Amino acid sequence: MALLEVDDLSVTFARRGQRTVHAVDGVSFSVDAGEVVGLVGESGCGKSVTSLAIMGLLPKQPGLRVGGKAVFDGTDLLQLDDRSRRDIRGRDVAMIFQDPLSSLNPVIPIGLQVTEVLTRHRGMKGEAARKEAAALLDRVGIPDPRRRLKEYPHQLSGGMRQRALIAMAVACRPRLLIADEPTTALDVTIQAQILELLKELVRDSGTALVMITHDLGVVAGMCDTINVLYAGRVVETARRRPLFRQPRHPYTVGLLGSVPRLDAGRGERLNPIPGSVRDVLTWPDGCAFAPRCTRRVDECVGEPPELVLTHDGRSYRCVNPAPVPGTPPPQATTTASTGAADDAAASTGAADGATAGPVPAPREEEKP
Amino acid sequence: MTSITGKKREKIDRLAELAARDDERGVSLWREAFRRLRRNPAAIVGAVILALFLLIAIVGPFLVPYPADAQLWKGEIRDNIGYFPGPRADNWFGVDHIGRDEFSRMIVGARQTLLVGVVSTLIGLAVGSLIGGIAGASAGLGGKWGRAVDNALMRFVDMLLAMPSLLLAISIAALLGAGLTTVMIAVGVVSVPVFARLLRGSMISQANSDYVLAATSLGVRKPKIALTHVVPNSLAPVIVQATLTLATAIIEAAALSFLGLGNNDASIPEWGVMLADAQRYLDAAPRLAVLPALAIIVTALGFTLLGEAMREALDPKLRK
Amino acid sequence: MFRFIVRRLLQLIPTLFGLSLLLFIWLRRLPGGPETAILGERGTPEMRAAIRRNLGLDEPILIQYGRFVRRLIKLDLGTSTSTKRPVVTEFFERFPGTVELTVMAMIIAIGIGIPLGYLAARRRGRLFDHLSVGGSLIGICIPVFFLAYVLKAIFSENLGWFPSSGRQDPTLGATRITNFFVLDGLLTREWDAAADALWHLVLPGLALASIPLAIIVRITRASVLEVLNEDFVRTAEAKGLTESTVRRRHVLRNAMLPVVTSIGLLTGGLLSGAVLTETVFAFSGIGAFVAEAISQRDYPVLMGFILIIAVVYVLVNLLVDLSYSVIDPRVRVR
Repeated sequence: MALLEVDDLSVTFARRGQRTVHAVDGVSFSVDAGEVVGLVGESGCGKSVTSLAIMGLLPKQPGLRVGGKAVFDGTDLLQLDDRSRRDIRGRDVAMIFQDPLSSLNPVIPIGLQVTEVLTRHRGMKGEAARKEAAALLDRVGIPDPRRRLKEYPHQLSGGMRQRALIAMAVACRPRLLIADEPTTALDVTIQAQILELLKELVRDSGTALVMITHDLGVVAGMCDTINVLYAGRVVETARRRPLFRQPRHPYTVGLLGSVPRLDAGRGERLNPIPGSVRDVLTWPDGCAFAPRCTRRVDECVGEPPELVLTHDGRSYRCVNPAPVPGTPPPQATTTASTGAADDAAASTGAADGATAGPVPAPREEEKP
Repeated sequence: MTSITGKKREKIDRLAELAARDDERGVSLWREAFRRLRRNPAAIVGAVILALFLLIAIVGPFLVPYPADAQLWKGEIRDNIGYFPGPRADNWFGVDHIGRDEFSRMIVGARQTLLVGVVSTLIGLAVGSLIGGIAGASAGLGGKWGRAVDNALMRFVDMLLAMPSLLLAISIAALLGAGLTTVMIAVGVVSVPVFARLLRGSMISQANSDYVLAATSLGVRKPKIALTHVVPNSLAPVIVQATLTLATAIIEAAALSFLGLGNNDASIPEWGVMLADAQRYLDAAPRLAVLPALAIIVTALGFTLLGEAMREALDPKLRK
Repeated sequence: MFRFIVRRLLQLIPTLFGLSLLLFIWLRRLPGGPETAILGERGTPEMRAAIRRNLGLDEPILIQYGRFVRRLIKLDLGTSTSTKRPVVTEFFERFPGTVELTVMAMIIAIGIGIPLGYLAARRRGRLFDHLSVGGSLIGICIPVFFLAYVLKAIFSENLGWFPSSGRQDPTLGATRITNFFVLDGLLTREWDAAADALWHLVLPGLALASIPLAIIVRITRASVLEVLNEDFVRTAEAKGLTESTVRRRHVLRNAMLPVVTSIGLLTGGLLSGAVLTETVFAFSGIGAFVAEAISQRDYPVLMGFILIIAVVYVLVNLLVDLSYSVIDPRVRVR
């Protein structure tokens, strides 16, 4: 049994007079103990909402509905009452957020923000808590931790703030850590340090990590398993190596293809995915990615594509997946970019068709 | 000035900045705001109150049953035992302390109250916009001299802003002596610093916007930019503030009347003066105080509701 | 901290200088000029001329202004034309009453306003929220003196719960030490005198508090709503802290920042609002005295009042800035 089993998770926001928004639309994935799992996708694909729903941190508002299951170590987190959820949060499941400055309380010293977790979940008080807090700051690589405890967030650098947040998250040695774009707000050099730190913590304590990111570089460097999300659904799941070597879903292919490559000639153009994440079909009407897809066929529209499980344990949600190199392209490819789906294409301006064709499979060494 | 006044300033400047921000979707700011207003029940209540008030103020005085200053029922007054005829068929709101028809006075008073509110707001708006406009234009488009002018003007404005508004109004009224004009000027001056800061702030944030940069780089002359681009786009917060100021103007005018600094011409009924006059007859005829007081409260509420709703509609941070 | 206070006090000098200049001009521009301000309208032409000479009104304007400032520094605010006593003495006697009333109003406004605003924010969009917001809008729109009359009529004259006028029941014969009646009662252990003085403060305090209360409700509500959306509140929730810890330590503390600022701004309004409230309740403080002075055209009193409010306002705001720096480390002073 996996440590965390997310099954058919859905989050909808219903507003009076407006269309109901399916932010997360049946997401399933699992995380084993000690495993690093990536949730990858463009902004707006529902990856952050997924993590907040699991944590029970979605802002309470009328019209919000969370469905499905998120079973952590035998208990469904979504069914818990507020109190037991608070008991688990910060102790067994912890979270790190994107913007370290705004995620820290500006008017309270770092020390109290660390010790309050220790007091809450480990019953530590006074000097004992302070000592443990200093040890935690030291562990996440903050120099001179005793002095830092008395300082306020604005006195710390961006990297130090994120380290402090990580210290708060790992204070109770959680079994699952969710990191929501932990490096997006940081400088590139600091990003690497923070990722290294997270890797180290996970390796040393056997904590499972859910890494939420839009950055394929982060994914390539850290994750064991990767779930690619699009418009609130998982469109492809695979172990890291196969995913980078043979992406099957055209969206994954596009994501990989749009990363600038060092070995590309200077004259070569980047291959962005045409259109934007707003150009979606709703899932019940077909594949949400179809309007932007270069491998679109007639079957894409009409009903949602089924999840296809392959023999090597990966899965994708596509009726016309990218071919595995070495096998002849399936019949369906020939009908790409033609036929009934043209009206959808016209609306996105992606109908030039020039990008259609065999997709180059990136080599794994080309990780960005 | 102190930094706290600075915070009062910031509040005003923030309104300016918010309202001056362009709508990112390119829909006209005003049309978008109007659409949001129509869906806001508070705005509708405010608008209905104001429509009624305006109707009464404009048409009412032509339809009143009796002249507002005629002491037609003087003979029925028994001042010594505190008897004033109450509501009856002839006098719907009864008779006031010197024998005039209270209903007619309330109706005619609406026009006077509107006049006091509008004129004093216009004074504040005109003088404040002039100061703020000059300061904003000098700060946004001028060099060393521009900044100096801006600084000098704003120092003065901040000093006014630091004074509690009632006190400022009292001091000015003391200078001018009691009277209707005094009330209008005193109440108007109180709102001068608010309008000045608002327009200046809004103009400066406009002047820093990209489209002004674009116009400058195309070689459009500075005064022309100020008149054709900056000023029209800075008006939204000023209009909101004017709506809110109308409410406070009516209330402040009443306070000045209470202190004996108000309109001393007894023949012109005005709600503030009526309320102030009635305080001596509270025991005998509370309606003489309650009626004008309610009228003032409801009218001020109407302006405030509409003004607040407009502010919300224009604030992109509050949009949902 | 000390250097901050000194620096802020030094910053006061230009402000007070500007204020004195405005007052000087104001006094000279008053109907009838400064001699009327001192004599009232009753003075004979000879007396006027004598005063003009005495005041040195025939001397160059700069020297006159210098003299004016020197008098202000010596706290010589002139003589009240209606009571014929020095304005400073009159104020000194009445100031404690107004301070008590203002503090009472502030306590009411803060004590009710902050919880109300907080609860309105937590119940956003529900009936309680609408009632609080609507109530505060109405509170802003009610003329203070009318509210004072209404409170007096209902709670004192009809229900008889509270006294209708004065600062204390004179038949108690309470001992006076500081002229702060509540404080005096506590100091002399005359508990009933203290309670009676406090009882006299309730209705005028409520009337005076109406506008600050309404403003504090609105500011608190807006501020709490803003803080509830902050990332650090989500972090605190993610840590699994109890709801009360999140509320106290993370939401309220941050939401208080704008409220504290507004309290400084509201003080000036409270002091000038006292002019209206004290009159209605015949409460012998500076406010009622000034209201009387206005109708008597007692300009020295009015000028003294303007000066006092300006100084108190500035000092209160200094205090607010200091307390602000305690709450918010980002503006910590050095």
